[in-house]
Amino acid sequence: MLDKAVVEKLKEIVGKKNVLTQKVDVITYSYDATADMPRQVPDIVVMPSTTEEVRKIVNLACIHNIALYPRGAGTNLSGGCIPLKQGVVVSFQHMNKILEVDPENLAAVVQPGVVIQDLNNAVAQYGLIYPPDPGTVTTATMGGSVAENSGGLRGLKYGVTKHYVMGMEVVLANGNKVRFGGKTVKNVTAYDFSNLFVGSEGTLGFITEITAKLIPAPKYRRTMMATYKTVEDAGNTVAGIIAAQVIPATLEIMDNMTIKTVEDYAKVGLPTDAAALLLIEVDGMAELVVLQEAEAVQKVVKNNRGDLNVATSDAERDKLWSARRAALPALAQLGNCVIIEDATVPRSKITNMLMACANIGEKYNVTIGTFGHAGDGNLHPTILADKNNKDEMDRVHKAVDEIFATALSFGGTLSGEHGIGIAKMKYLGDEIGQNGLDLMKSIKEALDPNYIINPGKMVPSKGA
Amino acid sequence: MPTKTTTTTTHAPQKGKTFYDDLNLIRKELDTCMKCGNCMAVCPVYGVTTVEAGVARGKIAIAEAVLSGELSLDDPHVYEMLFNCLVCKSCMQNCPTKINFDRIMLAIRAALVRKNGLFWLKKMIFGMLKNPKLFDAGMKVGAALSGIAFRDYKVKNEKLVSPRAPFAFVSGRLGLDADKVMPELTITPFRDRVAEVVTVEHHRIKAAFFPGCSINYFYPDTGMDIIEILKENSVEIHIPKDQNCCGVAVFAHGDVESARMLARNNIDAMEQAGVEYIIIGCGSCGGCWQHDYKELLRGDAVYGPMAEYWSKRIFEISVFLLDVVKYRKPRGKVDAVVTYHDSCHLKKTMKVFNEPREILKNIPGVTFKEMSKPDACCGMGGTYILTHYETGAEIGKKKIQDINSTGAGIITTGCPGCVMQLLDFSHRYGNAQKVRHYISLLAESYRNEKEDI
Repeated sequence: MLDKAVVEKLKEIVGKKNVLTQKVDVITYSYDATADMPRQVPDIVVMPSTTEEVRKIVNLACIHNIALYPRGAGTNLSGGCIPLKQGVVVSFQHMNKILEVDPENLAAVVQPGVVIQDLNNAVAQYGLIYPPDPGTVTTATMGGSVAENSGGLRGLKYGVTKHYVMGMEVVLANGNKVRFGGKTVKNVTAYDFSNLFVGSEGTLGFITEITAKLIPAPKYRRTMMATYKTVEDAGNTVAGIIAAQVIPATLEIMDNMTIKTVEDYAKVGLPTDAAALLLIEVDGMAELVVLQEAEAVQKVVKNNRGDLNVATSDAERDKLWSARRAALPALAQLGNCVIIEDATVPRSKITNMLMACANIGEKYNVTIGTFGHAGDGNLHPTILADKNNKDEMDRVHKAVDEIFATALSFGGTLSGEHGIGIAKMKYLGDEIGQNGLDLMKSIKEALDPNYIINPGKMVPSKGA
Repeated sequence: MPTKTTTTTTHAPQKGKTFYDDLNLIRKELDTCMKCGNCMAVCPVYGVTTVEAGVARGKIAIAEAVLSGELSLDDPHVYEMLFNCLVCKSCMQNCPTKINFDRIMLAIRAALVRKNGLFWLKKMIFGMLKNPKLFDAGMKVGAALSGIAFRDYKVKNEKLVSPRAPFAFVSGRLGLDADKVMPELTITPFRDRVAEVVTVEHHRIKAAFFPGCSINYFYPDTGMDIIEILKENSVEIHIPKDQNCCGVAVFAHGDVESARMLARNNIDAMEQAGVEYIIIGCGSCGGCWQHDYKELLRGDAVYGPMAEYWSKRIFEISVFLLDVVKYRKPRGKVDAVVTYHDSCHLKKTMKVFNEPREILKNIPGVTFKEMSKPDACCGMGGTYILTHYETGAEIGKKKIQDINSTGAGIITTGCPGCVMQLLDFSHRYGNAQKVRHYISLLAESYRNEKEDI
């Protein structure tokens, strides 16, 4: 438990009403959206409103050697927010102001607690968008998604969060505040600090302000769905579209297990015998170009024996998308433990990975539905299990081990967009080796020698 | 590949004991929560407080902790958390695994009441509700004496009141300050104004009308409008005298046995009326008939099947007009710019949202303006606005700001409770827009036909 004097001091810093100490409150900060994780109840939750308050909290934590756990909306899928050693959760929900929208420089300056969708709503009047769109876009915060380097459905064409961070303000573990980057398109001053802190999962510092890059919203789009008798045909379509020099905004895939479950759940008229399904959307600023791209895609689909369905209205587009949107909810009906992985492989290995996931499901007798972002090789093998069945959970863990080993054997990576957190820490050495682990430790200890900030995530705790 | 279908077992009807009698039965419902946090996007309480215990995901974690013994129902903070929820069901619309969060909330409140009994004030009020004659007398005495605590708030053609200074001073924390604008408690309730059977020549259909307490005591004119509309469409209307409060408030506060008693009384009253349909003008009453009665009475061999029967024969007035009687389109002009607020119980419980809009759009002269978030809760939540005034007021303020941007002069909705909240907040943060049950505009249109001739 925290020293009473420390609690009082925290109340002084952020104000009494911004400190949660009651058990009923702190219990609700013991988890994030990651399944099958240990749960640790924090001692206390503080909700700062200014950078200065964050600095004071960090200074106090340094003096008393208290673990600090940064938290946005707590929607991440790798255990990044879970307070492992009790300590203090620092919730950024009250630092939720959009400080500036600057259409001339295609930039916006936001506090970390701003919800991604709120930023998009604020810039829509200028015809702009902030492209990163993780599935949690209506709930996740900018700070959280920058710290996790979130991806989304538009990654293939528009990139991920790291491509849209132009500058930051960060409070370091020694209590110092640094600002870097800004509204300039070009900036090679000093080290590329943005890329150090984006994806740092809250282990290197507290992000207290973000300058985000905006782009003009695409004006035209064309949405198509194709179903296939074999996974190979679907995989060849993905390769064929890229070979035809079309980069779709969305290029999503679903395996047979997911198709069957979605149809059973949402009754959207999918052929349940299809081995795979692709949802393809091309977009752009010129109608003619978009139509030409759509035609090129349709040709590739036909050449690969795909059954094509093209939306000609917003209502039809919505219908095609409803199948994809139903993927996770539908699968989630099959078990009370929903483990969503994000093993990612080079695009050329999509077919192999999809088939490997299905085989792993059979081998360990666990239910796996795989869907995801075929265009960028980022799949979501989703395992459904009964968390109260120990034998089944043991088999699930073995299946997860094998999914990651397989992704790495294909030249892929452990995580395309969810991060390492605590969920994937044990696999990290398999991908980056001992020297990689040592490098991470060096960076962590250079910035946070006492392991104050989000200890136990990405880099093992001191002495662990 | 093995496929477990836990869905069917999770949402299957409980035999015998219900969630409301044994908290352990709620465990499977809790287990379906993925903690994805989608509820955060729509929860009105969380939208104001941004504290995790405010939102469904957090409340589910707390319920889990109560079941595991980590938290105690005796903890006053658990009690506070339990009641810091409007049970607006917004989270349920956004939930990927379709958790019945309302059941979780009500089951745990019921467990609390079972364990610690009802708070004395609630006991007194709910006791009165169970005795319709006493309740009716009390409401009339209240109406007669209301001049002591309330002064008239003069608005053309509307009977509104505001708390007088000394009462406003002591009740300011409940939102009953001197700026509060409320409907007048009527001295002659709706059910005293109409006969038990309102006949029409050549009736096509016989239906019962269940006005509920709000229409009966606060908005009798809305009740009269509904009668007028039904008569206009050749419906013989029965208003059984023995009906009582629907029980939604009693149930929401965990007093399951009182709720069951009210449900049985109401079913008896309707069974004796000899009608095929029940019409409501309030989503909360409708939700009780459509969902809660059959849940509450599931283990009741006599009333369970009757509750099930009536759950399929309960119609909100707009749905009844459009689907059952195929109502006559009105011809009288009502010149107004109108917006419509979706009451939570009407939209999220009864799934009624297109029909009231269709009724409004078919009134000559009405210009319909949609607000940006028509189904965002208004912040009333029955007694929530009294017990959690600060949060409820922030929610209400957001609602009115959204309404202001439509430029509508009349705010309509399908729930008398929302009317009450929107009326107060349109005076506090709006342009003192008129607030009306949408159905009254249809009645006005029918009336105007006669004047137009």
